[in-house]
Amino acid sequence: MAINTDKNSYTIIFAAVMVIVVGSILAFLASGLRPNIKENERFEKQQNILYAMGVNENGDDNSSVNFIPTDEVEGKFSNFIKEQLIIEDGKISSNDEAFLIDLKKQLAEKKKGKPYKLPVFIGDSEGEKLYVIPMYGKGLWDAIWGFIALDATMTVKGVYFDHKAETPGLGANIKMRYFMDDFTGESILKDTQYAGISVAKGNNDPLNNTKDDNEVDALAGATITGNGVSAMITESVRLYKPYLETIRAK
Amino acid sequence: MALLSKKDTSLILDPLADNNPITIQVLGICSALAITAELKASLVMAISVVFVLGAGNVVISLMRNIIPSKIRIIVQLIVVATLVIIVDQVLKAFAYELSKTLAVFVGLIITNCIIMGRFEAFALANGPWKSFLDGIGNSLGYGVILIIVGFFRELFGSGTLFGIPVLGDAIAKTGLYATGYENNGFMIIPPAALIVVGIIIWVQRSRNPALIEEN
Repeated sequence: MAINTDKNSYTIIFAAVMVIVVGSILAFLASGLRPNIKENERFEKQQNILYAMGVNENGDDNSSVNFIPTDEVEGKFSNFIKEQLIIEDGKISSNDEAFLIDLKKQLAEKKKGKPYKLPVFIGDSEGEKLYVIPMYGKGLWDAIWGFIALDATMTVKGVYFDHKAETPGLGANIKMRYFMDDFTGESILKDTQYAGISVAKGNNDPLNNTKDDNEVDALAGATITGNGVSAMITESVRLYKPYLETIRAK
Repeated sequence: MALLSKKDTSLILDPLADNNPITIQVLGICSALAITAELKASLVMAISVVFVLGAGNVVISLMRNIIPSKIRIIVQLIVVATLVIIVDQVLKAFAYELSKTLAVFVGLIITNCIIMGRFEAFALANGPWKSFLDGIGNSLGYGVILIIVGFFRELFGSGTLFGIPVLGDAIAKTGLYATGYENNGFMIIPPAALIVVGIIIWVQRSRNPALIEEN
């Protein structure tokens, strides 16, 4: 049976049927897999927060990023994270729902001038209180985000960065240990100003021995991603400044 | 009876060399530039394209008699996008780590001109089995070039292969670096990929003069 595929009516019907079929396949698939995907995303966030705090399974070889395994992360998370705070309109309250806050959405609310909430995770690592705050910004192609763990003197105890679509081998290397490890020990304070930490080219410190310069060495070929990381840190530090002041005052 | 006839074999083998999608047809250059800074990314992209082009060619070939010619490009786009999204979602649910690695490739696969090119040039006119072989052949031809480019760019650009240092430690100056050798920063930026692809084309054509076009 030959069909006349050139007729307009056939074309329209074909297009309609195709859209419905493809749409339903994708919709069924997405809703069917949603619980699994949500759970994976929750584990990932817990792994990332713990990683920033220094709770991870990194070896001494300084090469690969090793998270707490997925099946243990939930237990470890409740062990290490002692308190979750929500900052809303300058008021700080203890609330375990802080974990569910999506910083991206809150920043969008803030942009619209609406009230927004900021989460803080207070962890305990070897008897020291660490304050983990989330970050969100943009790299070269798409979103970048991460967590930064600070102690009471505003010294960085660890960071974790991730990205949606930075170039493999260039910008994507922000999630490599040799980049992230450089942030540890840097201070976000310059004298008494909240300066953040910049990703700098040619700071004559490729081994990052100088820890008081608010700078880490940039990645070759990833200038815009690096600038995005600097901007993201500055933005989060600025957002959380009132809260960070209260920690320092203690 | 052999599994593959002589014609079938040439469908797979031709794109590997004398009808290579990158070096002869000059398709898929964009992704070849974008992700060949390291070998691992090249390999992952190559494997993904083998899957997508193999499956996509079969789907398009099965539908070839009912696709209205006026909207065939859109239909092709929908087929490849659907395939890629299904794979992405399934990986996210059951192999989350792997899906993180692949996330960046999803967009690149959909817009890869080799995929649309093979749908248009081959699958619309041939049966599913031949289309499948053509898809596998072309994606392998694409993958081979990606891996060659990735090998040279990572080796000379970063001194590593699959992320493992092979030339010594660049910062501590051990191995080859002790003799004053430096990594070539130019190799990790995209223009270097064009030069490497150019050299491959040059080598290929000088070995096989039949490939040189007459002016």
